[in-house]
Amino acid sequence: MATILETHGLSMEFRGFRALDGVDLRVEGGTVHAIIGPNGAGKTTLFNLLSGLLRPTRGRMLFEGRDVTGLPPHEIARRGIARSFQITSVFPHLTVLDNVRLALGARTRLGYAFWLPERVLARFDEEASAILASVGLADQRHRPASALAYGQKRVLEIGLALALHPTLLLLDEPTAGLSLEEIARVVDPIRRVARERTVVLVEHNMGVVAALSQRITVLQRGRVLAEGTYEELRAHPAVIEAYLGGAA
Amino acid sequence: MRSRAAGWGLLLAVGLALPWLIYPVLAVDILAWGLFAAAFDILLGCTGLLSFGHAAFFGTGAYAAAVVALRLGVAFPWDAVAGAVAAALLALPLMALSIRRTGISFAMITLAFAQMVFYVANAWRSLTGGENGITGVPRGEVLGWSLSPAVAYYYAAFPLVALGLLLCWRIVRSPFGRVLLAIRENEVRTQSLGYPVSRYKLIATVLSCALSGLAGGVWVLNHGFVALDAVHWTTSGTVVVMVLLGGMATRLGPLVGAALVMLLRDFLSRWTDAWGIATGTIFIAVILVFRQGIVGTLEGLVAGRGGPAAAPAAPPVEEAASGLR
Repeated sequence: MATILETHGLSMEFRGFRALDGVDLRVEGGTVHAIIGPNGAGKTTLFNLLSGLLRPTRGRMLFEGRDVTGLPPHEIARRGIARSFQITSVFPHLTVLDNVRLALGARTRLGYAFWLPERVLARFDEEASAILASVGLADQRHRPASALAYGQKRVLEIGLALALHPTLLLLDEPTAGLSLEEIARVVDPIRRVARERTVVLVEHNMGVVAALSQRITVLQRGRVLAEGTYEELRAHPAVIEAYLGGAA
Repeated sequence: MRSRAAGWGLLLAVGLALPWLIYPVLAVDILAWGLFAAAFDILLGCTGLLSFGHAAFFGTGAYAAAVVALRLGVAFPWDAVAGAVAAALLALPLMALSIRRTGISFAMITLAFAQMVFYVANAWRSLTGGENGITGVPRGEVLGWSLSPAVAYYYAAFPLVALGLLLCWRIVRSPFGRVLLAIRENEVRTQSLGYPVSRYKLIATVLSCALSGLAGGVWVLNHGFVALDAVHWTTSGTVVVMVLLGGMATRLGPLVGAALVMLLRDFLSRWTDAWGIATGTIFIAVILVFRQGIVGTLEGLVAGRGGPAAAPAAPPVEEAASGLR
């Protein structure tokens, strides 16, 4: 399997604080690659770099063999990297359907059409309905996103990322704050979408990590501590001490 | 469907009857300020950008229309359209710089640019007449009809303003307007979806400024006179008050707000010079009762009774203000 994403010596400093320090990462195409690590390890910073919200202070990022270091977020999204956010980040006053339509429209130039009536957006309805059905929100389509339950918002968040048809999907703690029952409802769609694309997953729930990912990178204080399969890492002394040990 | 047609008919009827209900010069002022407020709301209500320098574009439109009408003999409606073009040309560089900031910084930068425009207008006497302004701007004629009578000018300005308003309303309810709403709701997320947010903001601001310039053009021909108050910061403040009073992100809110402020100003200035205090007090009272403006709150009440689904509402005033980081 070819490498779809690599980082070389990726570093991010905030006023002298090193959030990321020389991270080398290789993500193989078609896999689910989990990033784990204690709070403050730099997981979300890594995502903000990969999605272009931050520019690295040092290092390079290659996506599908091409340098994407320092590209703005919209350019990165167009290259095929979509992300979801750890803190739910949907459009609260728009309906669920409009949320997904917006994501679908992002791949077209229709958004510039200030002279057309908004009913032309109905061309996205069929695909939007399919996406909403696949994440279990079909019956919520006409409610404003702010009226959804927390778990439903998390799922809509994933639906928005899916609507971009990304080759690489970055999921930032998709199960954060969910009940066990809701976690099951999120894991299934993720497993389904992972069949067709590569997923990089930041996750605290070890059950979810074990169930979904083929490869795991452990971050600690901005550095890569270890990398391997779930089984390998479970036996890794440094990981046990730094992370799994503390949790057990 | 029938009630919608009735609504449009009523609006048209009020528009056509207006110069017989109040004196025609005031009626044109309401048209011009209504268009200005609607254009301003493309930024404030729809995109979530508070420009505190829109007087620069309204005023530039007014000066440009006055200059081309007086010196080049350009006829109506092309003199007013020249105002729109001039405002758009000014907006392009100023707004390209301003939109690099959001929230209160955006408001401050636009205010600073507007103050620069004010001082340029004051200093460039050969073009603007400085403190004396430009007087004797002719209205000319359209299709052989003299526009000198105020009523005639009203009916000439009415279709032009109506076109401008229809464009404002279309922009807000277009695929483009949807992206602007998304930017208002969640700028980072919009960008992460793949929308080049800065380009969208630039297009939105230039459209808004061009339509503000058109409003300025219509306004200056109404009075035949323009002076520095057109580019003064209080003009920027007035349009903010109009939109908040009528209701952000509503179709009729800016019109209602503009009409209310103009009528109040006209009525109160007969009795006192301190009409500003009275208008301000009424503004505070209305915002306390109608938190989403008059039209916004009424629409909310109708929607609450199972009426047709309203367009995505603007957040109440304090929520909008808290977003001005």
